[in-house]
Amino acid sequence: MPESPLIIARQIGMSYGDASPSLANIDLSIGRGEFVSIVGPSGCGKSTLLKLIAGLRTATTGELTINGVAPEDSPTRAAFVFQEPNLLPWRTVAGNIRLPLELDASNKSLAKAGSDVLIKETIRRIGLVPEDASKRPAELSGGMRMRVSLARALVTDPQIMLLDEPFAALDDILRQQLNEELQQLWWDKRWTGLFVTHNVSEAVFLSQRVLVMSRSPGRILESIEVPFAFPRSPDLRAEPEFARLTGLVSTHLRRAATGAGNTTTATAEGTA
Amino acid sequence: MTVEASRSKTSRLFRTISPPLILLVALLGLWQFSVWWFDLKPFLVPSPVRVARAAVATFDKLAAATKVSAAAALSGFAASLVTGVVIAFFFSQSRLIRISCYPYAIFLQTVPIVAIAPLVINWFGSGFRSIVIITFVISLFPIITSTTTGMTAVDPQLLDLFRLNRASRWQTWLKLRLPNAVPHLITGARTSSGLSVVGALVGEYFAGFGVNDYGLGFLIGRNTSQMRTDELFAAVIASTLLGITIFGAVSIVGAFILNRWYDAK
Repeated sequence: MPESPLIIARQIGMSYGDASPSLANIDLSIGRGEFVSIVGPSGCGKSTLLKLIAGLRTATTGELTINGVAPEDSPTRAAFVFQEPNLLPWRTVAGNIRLPLELDASNKSLAKAGSDVLIKETIRRIGLVPEDASKRPAELSGGMRMRVSLARALVTDPQIMLLDEPFAALDDILRQQLNEELQQLWWDKRWTGLFVTHNVSEAVFLSQRVLVMSRSPGRILESIEVPFAFPRSPDLRAEPEFARLTGLVSTHLRRAATGAGNTTTATAEGTA
Repeated sequence: MTVEASRSKTSRLFRTISPPLILLVALLGLWQFSVWWFDLKPFLVPSPVRVARAAVATFDKLAAATKVSAAAALSGFAASLVTGVVIAFFFSQSRLIRISCYPYAIFLQTVPIVAIAPLVINWFGSGFRSIVIITFVISLFPIITSTTTGMTAVDPQLLDLFRLNRASRWQTWLKLRLPNAVPHLITGARTSSGLSVVGALVGEYFAGFGVNDYGLGFLIGRNTSQMRTDELFAAVIASTLLGITIFGAVSIVGAFILNRWYDAK
């Protein structure tokens, strides 16, 4: 368990109307500045968990706090990156990135501090060139659109980044490249990251910890520590230990998908 | 643009325009031939040449009537555009408002305009104002439905994004729902622009007005009753051209907005 938890969930559950619960008995503790990935079978409630943490939905049971406060009341700045880039087609790249600064009154100080400079800097950080600022989303490739979506999340300098399968629609080479860039962005600022993915290799490469969720109703079955030091090199993916860890996560994931999981905590050292 | 690109564009334009033009010439030829072959009486079916002569002879009258009808159609269309967007704004604010008011909006679409027109004339008198109101009534529904759809059918993830950034209701409407509705509004406006000409003609047909100040609907009615079939055909063709012009203008403006501002490729 992290020493200074920022996000704490105690026995939270979530149901939509009379339907069977999508989440049940989630206990979770995410440390300040920690990067955690969540894997699990489709429909197990991974995205719902992120939305609860973002304050976009309210848990029907249990208690969830961000820095000791309910997410919807928390002043902690959270940003969300969706599976689709979800850019506004009528806005330019710069206009899309500026959007959170325009909407949230608490971001006005950031906007006043020089939104143009901030946007240029953010565009540079996510690997686009200044000329891209005036382009419309329709002129961008899938990878570039996702970079803009990341920039829109990063521009407010969030303390929590919630990433819901952001690279799922990209090809493997581009996905790996963006993984490396995302890792660098996290390492530079050390926001608290929660990353939902179906890709085990991606989860292990990016995270300090991988949570494996059961099939619906989603529970956290395993919390697997990933001990590799940061910043991580792309060559890490070729290391035997990396392969062993991805194998371990995959095994737990298979068990979770078939309903054969248990609630023990495995670590890289403790499971061969 | 290079000379080759310009030539290619001209050639593409020619290939697009020439088939319907060739068909038009063929149909006019067939029409002229049929009138001669079957010896059709001019008051039943005038030949194209006769219609063209009538159009030339009454050109001033036709042009003045077209101008009056265009003014009525555009006024009613503009009023429906503004009112439709305002109504769609209220509809987009709450599901309760939508389900309460929508059946009455459907009334606009389902009630026959020929039944409403005499009532409007009874209430507002015979004249330009009544014709604009009739045009407004017939043009309003497509704007309301399409714009409401655009304002409500917003990607839920974008709504989540706005909520996450603590956007106010007004900000969500202004920066998300309204721009999201623009392509829908343009589709509705195209439909309404065509209907506005129908509304103006129906209104004029019933309301008529002034001896020297009348539109194409009135002219069609008068030519029908006086069996001036060649002038009737000329008025019908002028009405069609007016409809095509207004529809085309709205389509061009819509395409310009989508390409330059919305960039929905």
